Amino acid sequence: MTKLTYERPVIQKLNTGTMNKFGSRTEYTPVTHIEGVSVKSLMADYGSPLFVISEPQIRRNYQSAVRAFKTRYPKVQFAWSYKTNYLNAVCNVFHQEGAWAEVVSIFEYQKAIKNGVPGNKIIFNGPDKSSDDLRTAINNHSLIHIDHFDELYMLIEIAQELKTKATIAIRVNMDTGIYPIWDRFGFNYENGQAWNAINKIMSAPELELHGLHCHIGTFMLSAGAYATAAWKLCDLAWNVKLKWNHMIQYLDLGGGFASANTLKGSYLQGSDIIPSTEDYADAIATTILNFGFKPDELPMLFLETGRSLIDDAGYLLGSVLATKRLSDGRRATIMDFGVNLLFTAFWYNHKISPAQEFSHHTEDMVLYGPLCMNIDCIRESINLPLLSKGDQVVVHRVGAYNMTQWMQFIQMRPNVVMVDAKQKVHLIRTKESIDTMLRYELVPEHLEQFKL
Amino acid sequence: MKLNKNIAVSDNGFIFNPLSGDSFSTNPIGQEVIRLMKEQKTKEEIVKTLAQKYNSEEANIEKDLVDFFQMLLSYQLISEHE
Repeated sequence: MTKLTYERPVIQKLNTGTMNKFGSRTEYTPVTHIEGVSVKSLMADYGSPLFVISEPQIRRNYQSAVRAFKTRYPKVQFAWSYKTNYLNAVCNVFHQEGAWAEVVSIFEYQKAIKNGVPGNKIIFNGPDKSSDDLRTAINNHSLIHIDHFDELYMLIEIAQELKTKATIAIRVNMDTGIYPIWDRFGFNYENGQAWNAINKIMSAPELELHGLHCHIGTFMLSAGAYATAAWKLCDLAWNVKLKWNHMIQYLDLGGGFASANTLKGSYLQGSDIIPSTEDYADAIATTILNFGFKPDELPMLFLETGRSLIDDAGYLLGSVLATKRLSDGRRATIMDFGVNLLFTAFWYNHKISPAQEFSHHTEDMVLYGPLCMNIDCIRESINLPLLSKGDQVVVHRVGAYNMTQWMQFIQMRPNVVMVDAKQKVHLIRTKESIDTMLRYELVPEHLEQFKL
Repeated sequence: MKLNKNIAVSDNGFIFNPLSGDSFSTNPIGQEVIRLMKEQKTKEEIVKTLAQKYNSEEANIEKDLVDFFQMLLSYQLISEHE
């Protein structure tokens, strides 16, 4: 006789009243396939935990964002934000779609060059550019976005030494009505610092001011802030035209568009409150178009959005290591992935789905990772089916910032695979081993041996 | 293993404790365990009965049963368990 499916016995106290007027949210619809490929087979072939990236989803996101902007503004160019996810396979999907590269370190710069991005299609942002980095960028005709006066003066010296001109923009920070104001990067608009920097640049024959750049924040929940930012960049460009008779060729509105993840502390689900790409596009395009530029003077619009293009193309698959009961009676479930792999668990209440069928019975639980460290908590409270050791789950929207900010701490990093449009699975980063880690360590001779 | 006096159990898994006024719900296996408890079965007998019927090993069932009894104890539905 076939035995019945086992589910552990649970008893739950019934409480009147719920957390909020929408009731608590339960994620018990199983996610058994990603882009048509079975989750179970992916984990059987590549192990657990496992990052999975959907190539078709990246392309859909990119094409949709480009459409949102190009239908509203005539000259648009996206640049892929390397720091969001700089796995080469991911970058190359964006480059195949037409994105340039936006980098914030020489490491990312070298990655873009090795990926085959022409030097003059790399935007070099960030506060850390050494003199050697700047020489490389000048020689490659990259777009150098200056962050501070020290960099500006260093750049003038290097350009003089190389007897060439540097193609540059400045990063501008500003008050767009959003708190906190990101004023640590670039030159401030309101106190006149940005205008001073522009005048210094315009009077330096070694520098060619091509653009103005801003990046007003991250996970922006107000599209209106981009309208303010666009207006302030237009104002600077207009004044450059009036004073120096020089046309700014491009405005770079940076990134910061939100993904559908739910921020910790948010009352509503992320997908219910974030602006759409069309909202951002509308705010930016309308402001620039209405500012007063003649049609042939309209600057190119650069965008460096990362998160909203990649987040929902990334999944993290994992397994239950154990379940236990905490001192106050709460259920705790220990997963084989933690904040070491899911850095964004510090900011988001990630959506987590079971990867197999369960009954409709659920329970509140704390989800912990595998690290023997108290910080390793993935969800403080989540309602999930009755998970047991060995059960598998799918974490959604992990494509942004996890595969770059992950930590080799206690555990090593797992495989990353990409599923293509033909449902073929490609290994795009191999899991680390003890040899990976030991390759970089050296032990002095007198410490090589010991007796215990 | 014995439920406390006066605990009311319905056929569809609802449990009422008239002393505290608390209500509880259980899943089908939870209901089955409570039915076996009412039949005065020991923990070992309950484990064996469930292992014969369901596709899980005795060790796993016993682990889950200990947790279940701990919750019954904390909800004051039983007075003791080993």
